[in-house]
Amino acid sequence: MEAFTKLDGLVAPLDRANVDTDAIIPKQFLKSIKRSGFGPNAFDEWRYLDHGEPGMDNSKRKINPDFVLNKARYQGASVLLTRENFGCGSSREHAPWALEDFGFKVIIASSYADIFFNNCFKNGMLPIVLSAEIVDNLFNQVFATEGYKLDVDLSAQTVTTPSGEVHKFEVDAFRKHCLLNGLDDIGLTMQHQDKIKAFEAKHQQAQPWLFN
Amino acid sequence: MAKTLYDKLFDSHVVHEENGTALIYIDRHLVHEVTSPQAFEGLRLAGRKPWRISSIVATADHNTPTNGWDKGLAGIADPVARLQIETLTSNINEFGAKAYFPFMNKNQGIVHVVGPEQGATLPGMTVVCGDSHTSTHGAFGALAHGIGTSEVEHVMATQCLVQKKSKTMQVLVNGVLGKGVTAKDVALAIIGKTGTAGGNGYAIEFAGSAIRGLSMEGRMTLCNMAIEAGARAGLVAVDDKTIEYVKGRPFSPKADQWDAAVAYWKTLHTDSGAEFDTVVALNAEDIQPQVTWGTSPEMVVSIDGRVPSLDLAKNEVQRADWERAYAYMGLTPNTPINEINIDKVFIGSCTNSRIEDLRAAAAVAKGKHVAPNVKLALVVPGSGLVKAQAEQEGLDKIFIAAGFEWREPGCSMCLAMNADRLEPGERCASTSNRNFEGRQGQGGRTHLVSPEMAAAAAVAGHFVDVRQSLT
Ligand code: SF4
Repeated sequence: MEAFTKLDGLVAPLDRANVDTDAIIPKQFLKSIKRSGFGPNAFDEWRYLDHGEPGMDNSKRKINPDFVLNKARYQGASVLLTRENFGCGSSREHAPWALEDFGFKVIIASSYADIFFNNCFKNGMLPIVLSAEIVDNLFNQVFATEGYKLDVDLSAQTVTTPSGEVHKFEVDAFRKHCLLNGLDDIGLTMQHQDKIKAFEAKHQQAQPWLFN
Repeated sequence: MAKTLYDKLFDSHVVHEENGTALIYIDRHLVHEVTSPQAFEGLRLAGRKPWRISSIVATADHNTPTNGWDKGLAGIADPVARLQIETLTSNINEFGAKAYFPFMNKNQGIVHVVGPEQGATLPGMTVVCGDSHTSTHGAFGALAHGIGTSEVEHVMATQCLVQKKSKTMQVLVNGVLGKGVTAKDVALAIIGKTGTAGGNGYAIEFAGSAIRGLSMEGRMTLCNMAIEAGARAGLVAVDDKTIEYVKGRPFSPKADQWDAAVAYWKTLHTDSGAEFDTVVALNAEDIQPQVTWGTSPEMVVSIDGRVPSLDLAKNEVQRADWERAYAYMGLTPNTPINEINIDKVFIGSCTNSRIEDLRAAAAVAKGKHVAPNVKLALVVPGSGLVKAQAEQEGLDKIFIAAGFEWREPGCSMCLAMNADRLEPGERCASTSNRNFEGRQGQGGRTHLVSPEMAAAAAVAGHFVDVRQSLT
């Protein structure tokens, strides 16, 4: 996994609550057996005017000029600003894969659905929780200022606005460590192999039917 | 110290704990074709093997067609879907599994229906699956989590999941549910009360006399929907019904282990005096048949209600959400729910496709006919075994005579990855679990209801209070 430390990135505002994973990546794209290439279909139903299917040449499709991510001023954004309960719904990791492939490294919202939140960290993305008031404020600033960027520092756990306002955010220590160092979860867990084996033996003795 | 059921299940699976982050041991890993290929590929690239093959039970469900089975794999028109189904088979052949029910196997079905009916889900287990509705298995007093594909790979490689302990919420439903009021209505009523983010970060235990009164099928419906309340897991304590359901299933403990298993399972309940972080209480008598009107399961009202008007929204964000939902759903505020006409009906999904669901829907449809304005009414059993059982009971004949289509098992129009879907603008009474934009097909409009309510709507051509037709 790629490490994440700092980012000074252009912000795109997706002003909706409860954005679900079906919206982030519609199901017809889940038929792929690969991890990559989902970016062009992120938010497919909002982003294009026609119905998207896997294998289409997306560069030839009609884009929806009203959808925020299609606006010229947000091209190249790497920070997605959105609202509460982002990523609710299905467990599909295709959602963070699509967002990451699209170019987002950081998401800022007032809350997330649990599985999506987890999945982000596994893919080198940082989902940040800030209070609804701060998020609201950031929305106003993004709308008001073309080229609005935020400076995100994972070590310091801060988001800094162009005017120098600093917002602290919380992040779980273990996840922070993994993200900062680009650590592979499986490798880390394997360091506890002996403990897993010992637990398994004990568990099997207590509940042998689990091992039939 | 008095413990909640969640604490008991979590604590008994901790392998290692550091700074509040635990490795918990996983007993059962359910696998399907959509969220597993990248995980198997990851194992292959890293040269890793599954830690314990006997924990894996796999089936194909999301992509599989529900008709045209006579043509076999060749009948899957979509080559990308076919490849995914074939890839699961080749991965299982390469890596192994305790059991695999491939496309068209007589035991094939929706993974959350198949697990319990095989006895692959047992009380006290930790269960994971690369699917959010894994919460279903909590109905057995098992700790069940939906996980992402990276975690699928992690569990395969290490038999463990990295977890932080959740907060606990008790949802207490006391009293007796009225006639025609089902577990689905309880689930929707709870979500209507807590909101879809109300359970974020919590493991919810459903308790109270109304929950104890539910069948195992009903408890599965309820736990299935826990994820729609945002919860990390749903749970119901083990009782005699749980044990009765598990008994004699293919993977259940054998005779020589049975008594010990039952003795342990009987400890799987919240101790008296244990405290929850939050308690939410509902009265069973207050719950009416529910119908969602919008694009989130929390946008729900009773059958005798109306599409809510904007002045009832609790804040600006919700106002904006509702305005978008009116437009997407093609509804105006204050429309009475029972005046909304429907185009299609879907009875199926891991929420409501078990034998009890089909019996309930058939009882409403019996001797009646689907209304002329309903273009398609689909009944999709949850598994091959549910289908066989229903056919043995003659339910298929009742449905067919009433103008429903009787299909092969799978996820079908719950998420519309196969050919079963809504066309833009079509309105559906659906027994599934999500009414998100585009969930059942781009531009499709989904209203979530119970199987009884779906059957009644099919017959009437619009939503109707099923209690009026129950005698
Ligand atoms: S029936 Fe629907 S919710 Fe259930 S596993 Fe299948 S797609 Fe997911």
